[in-house]
Formats: sequence, C-alpha cells, structure tokens
Amino acid sequence: MTVEHIRGGHAAPAEDFYVDDPAHTRFDLVKEGLRRDGMEIVHYEPAFPPGRKGRVEKRIERTIAFLFALSGLLAVAFVVAYIWWPWRYELPGPGVSLASRYYTPILAATLGGSLFAMGFALAIWGKKLLPHEVIIQDRHAGPSSPDEQKLTGAAIMNVIDDTGIKRRPIIKAALLLPAAGLGAAAVAPLVGALIKNPQDGHPLLKTGWSPKLNGGKPVPLTRDDGTPIRPEDVSVGGQMTVFPGIPGGATNKYADSPTLLIHLRQEDADALRASIAESQAKLAAGAKVQLPVVDGMWENFVAYSKICTHAGCPASLYEQQTNRLLCPCHQSQFLITEQAKPIFGPANRKLPMLPLAVENGFLVARSDFLEPIGPSYWERPVEITEQEANE
Amino acid sequence: MSPKKRRFDFARLPAATGVALDERLQGATLLRRALNKVFPNHWSFLLGEIALYSFIVLLLTGTFLALFFDPSMTEVMYDGSYTPLRGIEMSRAFASSLNISFDVRGGLIMRQMHHWAALLFMAAIVVHMFRVFFTGAFRKPREMNWIVGVLLFWVGFLEGFAGYGLPDDALSGTGLRIATGIILSIPVAGTWIYLSLFGGEFPGTEIVPRLYIVHVLLVPAILLALITVHMALMVKQKHTQFPGPRATNDNVVGTRMVPAFALKTGAFFMMIFGMIALLGGLVQINPIWLFGPYKGEVVSAASQPDFYVMFLDGSTRLMPDWDLHLGPYTIPGMFWPTVVLPGILTMLPIFYPFIEARLAKDKASHHLLQRPRDVPKRTALGMMAISFWLVLTISGGNDVLAEKFDISLNAMTWAGRVGLFIVPPIAYYVTYRICLGLQQHDREVLAHGVETGIIRRLPDGRFEEVHQPLSTGHLEYTGTPVPKKMNKLGAIGPAIRGFFFPIEKAAPPPAARQVAESPAPRELEDTSKH
Repeated sequence: MTVEHIRGGHAAPAEDFYVDDPAHTRFDLVKEGLRRDGMEIVHYEPAFPPGRKGRVEKRIERTIAFLFALSGLLAVAFVVAYIWWPWRYELPGPGVSLASRYYTPILAATLGGSLFAMGFALAIWGKKLLPHEVIIQDRHAGPSSPDEQKLTGAAIMNVIDDTGIKRRPIIKAALLLPAAGLGAAAVAPLVGALIKNPQDGHPLLKTGWSPKLNGGKPVPLTRDDGTPIRPEDVSVGGQMTVFPGIPGGATNKYADSPTLLIHLRQEDADALRASIAESQAKLAAGAKVQLPVVDGMWENFVAYSKICTHAGCPASLYEQQTNRLLCPCHQSQFLITEQAKPIFGPANRKLPMLPLAVENGFLVARSDFLEPIGPSYWERPVEITEQEANE
Repeated sequence: MSPKKRRFDFARLPAATGVALDERLQGATLLRRALNKVFPNHWSFLLGEIALYSFIVLLLTGTFLALFFDPSMTEVMYDGSYTPLRGIEMSRAFASSLNISFDVRGGLIMRQMHHWAALLFMAAIVVHMFRVFFTGAFRKPREMNWIVGVLLFWVGFLEGFAGYGLPDDALSGTGLRIATGIILSIPVAGTWIYLSLFGGEFPGTEIVPRLYIVHVLLVPAILLALITVHMALMVKQKHTQFPGPRATNDNVVGTRMVPAFALKTGAFFMMIFGMIALLGGLVQINPIWLFGPYKGEVVSAASQPDFYVMFLDGSTRLMPDWDLHLGPYTIPGMFWPTVVLPGILTMLPIFYPFIEARLAKDKASHHLLQRPRDVPKRTALGMMAISFWLVLTISGGNDVLAEKFDISLNAMTWAGRVGLFIVPPIAYYVTYRICLGLQQHDREVLAHGVETGIIRRLPDGRFEEVHQPLSTGHLEYTGTPVPKKMNKLGAIGPAIRGFFFPIEKAAPPPAARQVAESPAPRELEDTSKH
C-alpha cells in the first residue's frame, strides 16, 4: 500500500506538501486531496488535447448542444400540450374531434423525448468529453483492531455496571413487568380494534339467501335489477346469474350470494337426479360421500353458488356442451350433472347447491345454502342443517 | 475617513459560502471524500439503479395520484366524462380512479406511468438480484445487504399488491377475493385474520381504505427505510468489483463519483424516467374502465395479476385438490402453494449466503466478484431456481397460452405439474455442463492461444489450425475474461467505429497478414503437440 495509515484509515498530510504553495496547480491540490483520502490516480488522460479543437471534438460538442436544445424544446412542447391541447374524453362518434385521443400519447412523446434527449446529452458528455481516469481507492475493509473492539466492548458493558442492575436484582425483576405490560399495551389497541370473532354471528355461514333477511319468508331469486324470475324466463339449457331478492341483494354487500340458475335439458336433469339419489343411497348405507347431499332441484332447475370453493372467484364460465363450469382464476372445473363436483384443477369441494322451490309462480330459495360457500378454512363445518341455515 | 463602499464580490460567493458552512459544520473533509468516492465501471452495476430511479418515479407519480384518489367504498352514481359507465353504481374509489383517468388533466399518463414504474421497479429488483447472486456479491461481508435486498423484493411485492387492490375495478376485486382465500387457508387463525383485516365479510367497506394507508404510508415508509439502509451499507462497505487490471480484494478501481459517475448515472436516470414516460403514455396498462367496477359475480377469462405475482398464481393453479382433513378441521390445499411456498422462497435466499459459506468452509471477506462459470454449482442452482420460477410464472398464464395456441387447458396444467419437477434439474445439469465447458475453453486458450482461423498443411500432409498464444510463458487461470478472438489481441485491426454506418475506413489488418505470410515459430504454436 502506498499511503501511510493513521486514524480511520486515512493518510496523513505529506510533510513536504504545502497547500498554500503558489506553485501548485489546482490539479496538484486534487491529487493531494485524493492521496489523503486513500486514493491514487493511476491513469488520467484528457479526452482531447488542450488547444485548438479538432473536427471530432467540435462534432461532439455540437451533438451535445443539439440534444440539450432538443430536450428543452420538447419540455416546452410538453407544457404547451399539457395546457392547450384538448384533453377531455369524448366518446367517438360522427362529428366528434379525435384531438383529445392524442392527448396522452403527445404528453408521453414530449416528456419522454425531452428526458431521453437530456439523458443522451449527459451520457455523451460523460463518455466523450470527460478525461479518462482510473482511480484506485484503498478499501480499508478489515474489522476494527482488537484493541478498538475491546475498548468499545468495555464502554458498553460499563453501562450495565453503571446502572448497577446486577447488584439490584429486585429492580431487574420489577423491570420485566412494565416491559411486558407496555409491550402488550402497544399491541392491544391495534389488535383489539381490528379483531372480529368468526363465531360472533357466524358471518361465514350466512349468505343473502337466509330467510331471516326476508322476514322469515323464503328469499326470491332475482335478476341484478331486483326483478323476480319465473321458471319460464329461463329457456331449456340456459342459465342466469341470480341474486337474493332482498334490499341490496345484488350489491357487493352480499358478495357471497351470487348464484347460477340453470335450466337443465331433460337428460342432464335425469343424470343429476340419479347422481343425487346415488349419493343419498350411499349416505344411507354409511359409505363415504362428500357432504352435504342436497336435493335442491325444482323440476329441471338447479342453482349452484357462483363462488368457487377453491379461492372464491366466480366460477362462471359455463360450457353447455360438456355441462362444465370453469373458474377462470385457477381453472377448477365442476360437472353440473354430478352435483357440481370438481373434476379438474385445485378445487376440492362441490359447488354448494341452493335448494329451490316455486311460490306464486316465482322461483325462491327454500333455505340458505346448507354449507358455508367459498373457500375451505380450518374450522369449516361440512354441513349445516336446514333448520340452522334458516335461523 | 470615508471608506469606499465595498462592492459585493460575486466571484468569491461560492468560496465564501463554503467557508461559512465549514465554520459551522466542519464538513470540508467529509464532502471531499464523498465527491472522490470511487465507483467501479461495469454495466451490470446499473441494474440496481433502475430500481432506485423507478422508485423515485413511483414517489412522484404516486403523490400526484394521491391528490385525486378517494379510497372510500361509499356507493355513488358515476357521472364523469366516460359516457359508457354513466349512471352505473360504483364505489367512490372506482369513480375517483375513473376521474383520474378521464377528468384530471394528465391523470391518465400519471396513472399509467405509476403502474409501469411499479413493474419496472420489481423487474429491476429481480434482475439486480440475479447479478448479485451469480457473481457472488452476496458473500461475506455483504450478507446483511443481501437480506435487505430480499426483504425489499417482498415489501415491494406487498406494496404492488396493495396498489393493485385500490381502484376497486373488477380485476383488483378479484385479486382481493383470492387474497381472502389465501388468508382463510391459514390453519387455526385464518378466519380470525380474514374477518379482522376486512372488518367483516368480503369485500366490506373497510379493506380499500385500509389498503390505501398501507399503500401510501406504511409500506412506502418501510421501503424508504430499507432502501436507505441498502445504500448506506453499500457506501460503507464500498462496491464489489470484477477481478481485472489492478483490481484486488483490498482496493476499488474505477472513476470518481464526481463528475464521471454523476454524469453517467444522471443520464441513466433521465433515460429511465423517459422510458417510463413513453410507456405510460403510449402503452396502455390496466384500463380499468374496460373492466368496470368490482362485482362479486363478475370475472373474465385471462384475469392475470401483475407479472411478479404470476408465479404464485401459477403455483395455485398447479396444486392438486389436496385438502387435508384432521378430524373436524381442514387444512385447505391452497395453504401450501400460497402461504408455505412464499415462506420457503423468503427463508431460503435469506439463509443462502450462510449455507454456502458453511458448506465451503469459507470465512473470508470477498470483495472481488466471481464469474458465473467459475462457480458452476451456484450458477446451476441459480438457474434451477429461475427455471422453477419460470414454470410457475408461465403456468400463471396457462389459460391464455392454452387459448392462443389452441392447447387443452388441462394439458397445460399437467405440463406445469410435471415440468415443475423435471425442468429445474435439467436446468441444473445443463448449466453445470455449460459452466465447465466455458471454463475448459478459457483454459485451452490460456494454454494454447487464440484460434487464428488459419489452416496450415504440414509436410506429411496433415492439416492443423494455427493458434496465437497469449504469452510466451505459462498463464494462470485467474477467473478474468480471456480474449477469444484475434481482434481482441490487436492482431486484426479493431472493429470499425460507427453505430449506424462506419465513420472510418477499415485499415488492412497488418498483424493477420504477417501471421499468414511468415509464420514466426516463436509465436505460433503447433497444437498437434498438445
């Protein structure tokens, strides 16, 4: 290493260097400064020789000056366009000016162009006109000396000695109380204010189809504008997203309630009835089936929760040919002729079936869903009785 | 006495200010050291700067957006300029996002710049991390800064996700809904956390205002603190550098911060800012007015999250339907790909520097970087991790791929499931062999010289290629770049200058001609002897 080291790893002033010596050039002072900071210039070469400018140097100068001018002009253009270009959105149509369509692209072109021109100018300046230099800086990367470590360690440990905590165990023990108490006090407001008990009102078990929300009467199936639905409104093979016919039933307040109503073709309806009967028979025989087994069909109508049992996206892509429902988020697929059991993808459970009935010619939900809709969770009950669901 | 009125000397003003400041702050030495700090020159060192400068753009555009955004979930009737949505019920959050896009002058470009800058921020972090990993820059003494970097990725991820949820459009609502599924999958505490965070059942009216304060205050403050620590550690520990002329483990070789580095990085900032401005105004991103307000029953195919979230979407899609039943309790299959996997992906990189040092029994401090080929196992591991991530990310868009290329969706899912276990080991093996091959070629050139492309016929009729040795003596393998072409040796004239068209005339290559005409036995080596 070329420099002598003192405190902090930085070099001492050279004894034979006098900063005030009038013979020193500014660059001499720069070198001395570098030397004191543990740096050394090993290569320093002006990009162009001093004196008369050559052709190449002039061309570079002109390029940089042009880019700066361009940058400035584009910035002004940005401001002008920002203020005076028509910017309000207008729906395209006959007689409507298209000028406002170009507002955002013009801002981008002028601002981006200005910044790029500035960037190029600075880059060319740095690359072509600055002196080429190679500087070596000492790293001083090692640890502090063992002496230093020891002295600092002593200073820290002395704090403990000064407090005398070692000879005053009663204070030490007593200190634990406020430490724990204040820690808890710091957390309590946040946790205490935010916390919601899932057992409190069982929000996860209830949807907008609960008759309780309709004065104890079965909730009618409605469109998103709140109009009720007659069975003949859905053609054979057709489907419709339905919402609970209660105030706000089609809003995000009941985001767990959207349901897909399907009018099955005869053969599909027969297949579904057979599937339900088979599950019921298995259940009666004590064999393992996925609960609950709901016979919720009304004639050839069936309604499944739209909320995917995997992550809660709407499983809403209905493929009529294969009778499948596909969730577009993670591609779980459900077979509607087999109680919407999952046949591909990450979903594990059937889509819950809404028990249907018809009252006064309109479709209604006999009860709420007989299981919690949506994703699985730790304490999720597999089945809710019709009585519980209607409470 | 009538002293002449002293005229104010403007030329002395900077010096006088400097002296006045130093009298109060004693900063002269400190300032000089800062100005003289040496920065090594290597293009790969610019990757982290992209992240830093995108972050500055994020702060600037984000402040603008915050002036006009209203996170309230109160239902309002839209009455803005975008006619197709007029009269539709939506939250104030969505309505004010539409207003930023249509009724705030220049709001749309700000919104889109903000989103593009976020993508660039995350992408730059990832690529910067690759650089640090593959060159071994994370080794002692820089493990702490590596950990800060890993945290920056995840905090940036959280920040991006919170921002994605704010506009309350159909996509952001779908993202939040999936988040509820993820939270619910956590054993025991899932329902508690879910209801507490959302203040009731999804979506409720609490989550967007809460995400807003998280997005504009809490997480940016953490990001800013982590970035400050990241920079401070870098300044304190100084840059790493590639081995090369004069570069040792005890020095830093490069240019001073001022003016050379400052000009370069200033230029880079302008270009990144310019790039984001161009993207923000010319390339549409997240057109929320096409998605419409969030409704629980609405979703469309091709609902993809931002690219840095796609690997988790992919892992969720690939996971089989394995719910675990423990008596009356359930651990949903979703728990593994969305909670456990990210946990592993956080802890593994955090501990990697210590694991590697322990296995290599390496306690030394390293300031010289390694070329990826010189550490084949690490490079291969890194490529294995990247290929794992790529399979997941591609699977995150498998529905789009299936549709565009007319492949069965189920086949795509199965390809991902199988690929996740097969592709990474292949990537490991192939990378490992490539590293060894590159090393081998370096050694070959060091021993025998550069291929000249000149074929010589020997008296006995055999042909051989003439090699140009790099030195008359023996050359050690040092892990530095080895010239592989004759023009790198100056034997053939340097490449002709000029970007779009040559700005100089090509000189005849004297050295090559000389080699061809009169092969000097001392310089040319007979490769058949080796």
